[in-house]
Amino acid sequence: MTALAVRAAASRQALLAVAAPVLGLLAWHVTTSGPGYHLIPPPADVAVQWWDLAFGGVWDDLYSATLFTHAMASLGRVYGGFALAALVALPMGMLIGRIAVVRDLLDPSLQILRPIPVTAWLPLAMIVFGIGPRSAFFLVFLGAFYPILLNTVFGVRSVEGRLFEAAAMLGVGRQAVFWKVVLPASLPSIFTGLRLGLGFAWVVIVVGEMTGVQTGLGAIIMEARQLSRTEIVISGMVTIGVLGFLSDRMVQLLGQRLLRWSPQHG
Amino acid sequence: MGEVLERPATAGTVLPILDIRHVDKRFAFGAETITALSDATLRIDKGEFVCLIGPSGCGKSTLLRMVAGFETVSAGALLMWGKPVSGPGPDRGMVFQDYGLFPWLTVSQNIAFGPIARGRPKAEAAATARRFVEMVGLTRFADAYPHQLSGGMKQRVAIARVLANDAEVVLMDEPFGALDAMTRERLQEELLEIWARAKLSIIFVTHAIEEAIILADRVVVMSPGPGRIIADERIALPRPRDPTGVEFNALRRHLSGLLGSHH
Ligand SMILES: Nc1ncnc2c1ncn2[C@@H]1O[C@H](COP(=O)(O)OP(=O)(O)OP(=O)(O)O)[C@@H](O)[C@H]1O
Ligand SMILES: [Mg+2]
Repeated sequence: MTALAVRAAASRQALLAVAAPVLGLLAWHVTTSGPGYHLIPPPADVAVQWWDLAFGGVWDDLYSATLFTHAMASLGRVYGGFALAALVALPMGMLIGRIAVVRDLLDPSLQILRPIPVTAWLPLAMIVFGIGPRSAFFLVFLGAFYPILLNTVFGVRSVEGRLFEAAAMLGVGRQAVFWKVVLPASLPSIFTGLRLGLGFAWVVIVVGEMTGVQTGLGAIIMEARQLSRTEIVISGMVTIGVLGFLSDRMVQLLGQRLLRWSPQHG
Repeated sequence: MGEVLERPATAGTVLPILDIRHVDKRFAFGAETITALSDATLRIDKGEFVCLIGPSGCGKSTLLRMVAGFETVSAGALLMWGKPVSGPGPDRGMVFQDYGLFPWLTVSQNIAFGPIARGRPKAEAAATARRFVEMVGLTRFADAYPHQLSGGMKQRVAIARVLANDAEVVLMDEPFGALDAMTRERLQEELLEIWARAKLSIIFVTHAIEEAIILADRVVVMSPGPGRIIADERIALPRPRDPTGVEFNALRRHLSGLLGSHH
């Protein structure tokens, strides 16, 4: 392809990517603007509210210029819970995948715990960890844990048998085979698990911050709902969407660098 | 099982690199037992090029995998330089039909994998890899990943990987089966060149009688149900061999006759 054709294809893709949100905004605007009472505020009001939330200078109320604090609180919990989940789930998944005894020991229990939704853990988390950030942290951990664990187990178990034979005939010993074959071969699955886990961490954060914490995007969304400040609710949602998207892009870029060899990722 | 077999090499007999003696292989298949190989006996000298031919299911891959050490023998003995084969090892390199390359390593890294696994210094392994990348004509693709290569190129990497690891015995299971006729011919020539230069001992499984006659010092013919060795023909034609020649065709007829009469 020529440089021009590449650029044309890229701008076409960009155009299509913004087309749907623009249409959505338009529809939102048309149905909520104008006279009459609306349950949902129009996009312009939300934009003004978001600006005030982020930088202040419009309403100058209790919420003005607090977005950064809330976003940082949520980011800390999302990445903290996610990191802890990865720290536990990665080694556990590798052990379950590679060692039959560990699998027989843990797998049945995990299969029963897995279908329990994170929301169902909420009351128990509040009893054990109290009302506050520790409960939120725990729920985020739980949300990120299973996707990482399951994908790690899957990756470690589905290494092609041929690769073990190839390694053995080239002189790789029993101990080294994990580092030389199992780990690199399962990296794409592990990576998928981490990406899904981080996504779930963002999904769970709102629930997690319903446990009565003072700061966090989930916390202001819940609080604004009670005060019927729907603009703030939507501003919080938009912020979570954007932050979640950005963090996913970061992970994806990292994956493309590390997994250049994989036709699915490179 | 060893003591019966430690017959001392008498004066004048050269120790064969591979000595396969009355080997049986049985697989449990549900409640039944399948005899994949029955009483296989085969001696291969250092530097010999042996082709295995025979209909599907006659145990060619099984025999090769036992030599590689991926499968154990059910009866009999399988010796390399007089010592029983007890598992896979770098002295016996396998070239798989499906290549078995490590997808996360580049061409050079795949070739350097064996030397590094055996504890060679990084720089030495890299130099070895460069040499073999060049030998199989993939210099331009040294940094490509396997998914970016054609089948023929992957097969070259698989061969280079085994050679770079100082394998004395090279086991090849229908390595050129999936390639087009032209690529196959070129790789056959290259293989013969490398074989002669590196003094390799090769067991090469193929379905194609012509390929066997082009390559081999000896063609070993097998038949199924249970898998047995039914003939061991020496090919005395000088190389390079002309598939249109009279003697070549006589051999081809003879070998097809052997294969046909045992169906
Ligand atoms: N792991 C196994 N378990 C059970 N049976 C097996 C196993 N491996 C091979 N066999 C059986 O052993 C016999 C010989 O198989 P083998 O793969 O050696 O044949 P082959 O000569 O290589 O055939 P092909 O030309 O189709 O590759 C077959 O009947 C096969 O079903
Ligand atoms: Mg076979």
